Amino acid sequence: MKLRWLAGYGPAFVLGVTILAFWELYVRSGQISAEVLPTPTAIVQALIDHWDVISVHTLQTLLETVLGMAAATVFGLLLAITLEISRWSRRAIYPVLVISQTIPIIALAPLLLLWFGIDLGPKVFVVALYCFFPIAVASADGLADAEPDLINLLRSMRASRWQILWLVRLPGAMPSFFSGLRIAATYGVTGAIFGEYVGAYQGLGIYMQLSFNSHAIVLVFAAILVTAVLSLLLFGLVSLIERIALPWYHGSAIHRL
Amino acid sequence: MEPPKLLVQGVSKIFRDGRQTLDTLASIDLVVNNSEFVTVIGPSGCGKSTLFNIVAGVDQPSEGIVAIDGDAQGVRAGKAAYMPQQPLLLPWRTVVENVMLGLDVRRVPRKKAEFQAHELLKRFGLADFAQHYPATLSGGMRQRVALLRTVLFNSSFLLLDEPFGALDALTRLSLQMWLLDVWQAFHSSVLFITHDVREAILLSDRIYVLSSRPARVLRVVEVELPRPRRSEQLALAQAVQLEQELTALLMKEQQV
Repeated sequence: MKLRWLAGYGPAFVLGVTILAFWELYVRSGQISAEVLPTPTAIVQALIDHWDVISVHTLQTLLETVLGMAAATVFGLLLAITLEISRWSRRAIYPVLVISQTIPIIALAPLLLLWFGIDLGPKVFVVALYCFFPIAVASADGLADAEPDLINLLRSMRASRWQILWLVRLPGAMPSFFSGLRIAATYGVTGAIFGEYVGAYQGLGIYMQLSFNSHAIVLVFAAILVTAVLSLLLFGLVSLIERIALPWYHGSAIHRL
Repeated sequence: MEPPKLLVQGVSKIFRDGRQTLDTLASIDLVVNNSEFVTVIGPSGCGKSTLFNIVAGVDQPSEGIVAIDGDAQGVRAGKAAYMPQQPLLLPWRTVVENVMLGLDVRRVPRKKAEFQAHELLKRFGLADFAQHYPATLSGGMRQRVALLRTVLFNSSFLLLDEPFGALDALTRLSLQMWLLDVWQAFHSSVLFITHDVREAILLSDRIYVLSSRPARVLRVVEVELPRPRRSEQLALAQAVQLEQELTALLMKEQQV
């Protein structure tokens, strides 16, 4: 079972290694200066050498991401429920929701710095702005997808709107919610780095910028590597939570006692 | 005198969709007395389910009176336990949690609801499946669970809408017998929908035959077979004769 699961990632692994090998050979053959494009091995070496500094920045970025995603989850779910409550709230809110995603974050981030200062707040805000949309839209779709016959059954039991929401719509929307959360997890770290890029005391974003300004390109790549690994880990964590929270959705025969 | 469990008098239903209207029910009269098993039979698409939705309080009649326990004014939702054609079990709830759904809606404390659901599962032979998710059950099992959910919500009046329609013949027969057990254990009043004549004869005290749309009552038949019923009784002369009569009546309607 576990082996087969690993074997599923075999092709991706082979492709990844091939690309890295070509990269390494290309730089080593002297086609391009290693100052501008460091080799993969040099990047890993730099990451290990500077881990004491990079780890501090990583923790800061991780903290911002997790706080931002938590805020996005609460806000996204509340918004999805509000959309579901009445046709009017849907008509009023949905366009605003979409417009919120057309705001170029690149323009917004410096303004946030101006308004809220250089602390944690603006970064969490940027992450939340990135993440709440997929969560809200996926959850709203999940809530709306409840089977009409099931709603009728609950109505014949004289269940209130809130009971129907709580007993049928919300649990039924959980798989959709987790799909949204998984997408959000891949955006989240990038959002935090964006927030840091325009100004921060700590974090991978500011580290990348400082490294670039001091021509330590290899450290920029090291920070990118950490960003990718962090995003993958968050994605995996969300999937793991989903498996534990929704055993019925993953074909487990018997309820875990 | 005690009022009947259900009294339906002159109920009609017209659906309007813009300028189009659809006459679904035309002045239906129907009675279910206490502890009686009454079946409504009719051609497909004749409006049986509309009638059920009205009795269950999910829909309102265009005209006429619907009274449960003599009350024609109050809210009907919650006074009858409704079981639709599909089992409609919640996939995220285990069997026991599905059975107690109605008690959750009534805000019965969880421990008490769980206890009652377990007792019911034990009594009707499903205790082994209490912790299973519906996805792992066979069609017949799901219908049993759905029926127990219906009974636990309100055992005094059951509205069963073609509950065995999607099952194979053997499973269907065993569920029919099982339903009679449940019915007798709780002295429930039952209003049952089917388009299977044999099923109607095997289960019912009285059968209402409806016409094609707009539905009206074509015939009312009392089924005089002794109880407890067994499937062999369907071979008795009076049952066979009744089956032929009703089938002929329905065939005529189906052709229209």
